[in-house]
Amino acid sequence: MLEVKGLRTYYFTLKGVVKAVDNVTFSLGKGEVLGVAGESGSGKSTLAWSLMGYVPPPGRIAGGQILLDGEDVAKMSEDELRRKVRWKKVSMIFQGAMNALTPVFTIEDQMAEPFIIHMNMTKREARERIVELLKEVGLDESFLRRYPHELSGGQKQRIVIAMALLLNPELVIADEPTTALDVVVQAQIMNLFKKIKKEYNISMIFITHDLSIIAEIADKVAVMYAGKVVELGTSEQIFLNPQHPYTQGLLKSIPKLRSKEKISWIPGTPPNLVTPPPGCRFHPRCPYVMDVCKRDEPPMVEVEPGHFVACHLISRR
Amino acid sequence: MGGESNGQVIFKAIDLKKYFPLRRSLKEILTFSPGRFVRAVDGVTFDIRLGEVFCLVGESGCGKTTTGRMIARLLEPTSGKMLYKPTQETLSKVPPKYVDKDGYVDLSQKLPKRIDKLLRQEIQIVFQDPFGSLNPRMTVYNILKEPLIVHNIGSSEEERREIIYRALSEVKLTPPEQFMERYPHMLSGGQRQRVSIARAMILRPTLVVTDEPVSMLDVSIRAEILQLMLDMQASRNLAYVFITHDLAVANYLCTRIAVMYLGRIVELGPTDLVINNPQHPYTKALIAAVPEPDPSNRFKIREVPIKGEVPSAANIPPGCRFHPRCPYVMDVCKRDEPPMVEVEPGHFVACWLHAKH
Ligand SMILES: Nc1ncnc2c1ncn2[C@@H]1O[C@H](COP(=O)(O)OP(=O)(O)OP(=O)(O)O)[C@@H](O)[C@H]1O
Ligand SMILES: Nc1ncnc2c1ncn2[C@@H]1O[C@H](COP(=O)(O)OP(=O)(O)OP(=O)(O)O)[C@@H](O)[C@H]1O
Ligand code: SF4
Ligand SMILES: [Mg+2]
Ligand SMILES: [Mg+2]
Repeated sequence: MLEVKGLRTYYFTLKGVVKAVDNVTFSLGKGEVLGVAGESGSGKSTLAWSLMGYVPPPGRIAGGQILLDGEDVAKMSEDELRRKVRWKKVSMIFQGAMNALTPVFTIEDQMAEPFIIHMNMTKREARERIVELLKEVGLDESFLRRYPHELSGGQKQRIVIAMALLLNPELVIADEPTTALDVVVQAQIMNLFKKIKKEYNISMIFITHDLSIIAEIADKVAVMYAGKVVELGTSEQIFLNPQHPYTQGLLKSIPKLRSKEKISWIPGTPPNLVTPPPGCRFHPRCPYVMDVCKRDEPPMVEVEPGHFVACHLISRR
Repeated sequence: MGGESNGQVIFKAIDLKKYFPLRRSLKEILTFSPGRFVRAVDGVTFDIRLGEVFCLVGESGCGKTTTGRMIARLLEPTSGKMLYKPTQETLSKVPPKYVDKDGYVDLSQKLPKRIDKLLRQEIQIVFQDPFGSLNPRMTVYNILKEPLIVHNIGSSEEERREIIYRALSEVKLTPPEQFMERYPHMLSGGQRQRVSIARAMILRPTLVVTDEPVSMLDVSIRAEILQLMLDMQASRNLAYVFITHDLAVANYLCTRIAVMYLGRIVELGPTDLVINNPQHPYTKALIAAVPEPDPSNRFKIREVPIKGEVPSAANIPPGCRFHPRCPYVMDVCKRDEPPMVEVEPGHFVACWLHAKH
């Protein structure tokens, strides 16, 4: 359904070119959920914006393909994107969107807009569909007439999720959709995503820095580091058999509630993306660094079916 | 970690409250209605022992920061008591009339300035936001020098430089001379948080409140800061109040846990007991809601046995404040506030399921 090949999205800033997404390749089937994990600044949101054809300036897609049902989104004009892709095929829950609802509009007015614009629906038809969707996300009709400030954080997030589903997209991208929520509400929202995944058979890209949240929903996981996907595989492969030193370090740094396992950390900090380290971008923090790591970029190697790793430890094996 | 601490009690909070006035509407003013309050902290009682990591956990708005700021004396309590047992050295400088028979000083009484300053020096705080809590116009050197000047520590610039040098090495910002002249924006988030920790530790406190010290940092570097805190505790004699919304971090780091809900402590006890044998329905729900990095979780719905969300602290339900969300609610819960009951040694719960009624 979605095939991303060698995607490069760069920000052309005065201080230099920020290679926020650099040569990223993955694919996603119908009904599959891909989790994208990575630390702050690793390029997760930039990747998401690229898929919507929506990169904020001074950024733009500098190379690669985004094939959506065979058509290349990266090559489409703004007009084509608007007519064919955005919200209809691909919709997005933006990072922090629940706090960006327009304060002066009722929930009904905010939600009806895309129907009236994109689908030429009447207000009445739009309302019926909205009520249906509200029900789907666990809210009743009374929310139609409410304003955003009258809603709790969890309720606002439900509205934002409903809005992403409005036009029956094939792919929903959710960028940190639970990060600002408390743990109980987070669990409720994750249950809602699980229900949507099951009922709609929709594809999703689920972006978060929190690997535990990824484990709650994702069938496949892409681990990003400094603009690159360093490891890609099924959830089982990534969580139970991680191969890249970064993925291994990240998993070991998560404290667990149900065990007292000692946690560790990855020394140092992620690099700046204007002048990333040569060779493997992770090499200054890698416990296994070799000479070749400082010199050559490691290729993506398939270590078992569907499990890809970009690390010289693997490619030299 | 999470081991038993049999240290002496150095701090006691007794029925501590903090109410913030709410802005009144015009109608309320015209009808002379009484002012309304946000009951941010509404009667908490606990003690803190030397050598322990005492944890305050709970969801956003439950009053953790407000409690922490009262302990660090950045906020005046509305009512209640805070008793603090100073070090021997400080105690010898406090006139006996301010000290009770067990060696505690009541911090709510009017104290001479000089004494108050000595006591404040012993209780320090590390804030959540490593970006907002350091003055962007000051170098690391000056940020660390400020508390030394305020508390008259070090007789010469050389001596202060020496103290700052040691403080930076202790938080592993080495070599220290490379960091002294930097401004906060020239540091990473983790490095900034180390400066905040150094600033709190440079006064050699015995009680340190840390308010979500790692929640704004990337996961891969959190453990390093937590380990640093534990190392500093091992090399000094001190207690931490660790504030977090993350139960997994609390489980990893803390000796005892106090679970807060809408301004009150609903459960308190040794970490193992609270996490592995939770008794309050709210604690049970919190624990059930925590995700774990286990990929088989995606095939299950995570059952969270409570409904809805936390109500506003300006509008606290009567009786047990958790009752509108509680799956076990009884009549008495809607009417009367449940007392704290010790259900096993050191393990306290405020819930009518555990109290006689
Ligand atoms: N408009 C912009 N101009 C220049 N650089 C940018 C811009 N937006 C993002 N960047 C840079 O691109 C890189 C990737 O940013 P991005 O927001 O995609 O990361 P992220 O993984 O989503 O981070 P977070 O977890 O903090 O949301 C970062 O180094 C960031 O500083
Ligand atoms: N200065 C203030 N004036 C009015 N209300 C306040 C003030 N400070 C805090 N509150 C309110 O008191 C309650 C407790 O706030 P507090 O910051 O202590 O919670 P918290 O547990 O630290 O939350 P978080 O996890 O979001 O940091 C909240 O309802 C908050 O809105
Ligand atoms: S061992 Fe693999 S990944 Fe590595 S530095 Fe070397 S790396 Fe990069
Ligand atoms: Mg982002
Ligand atoms: Mg707080």
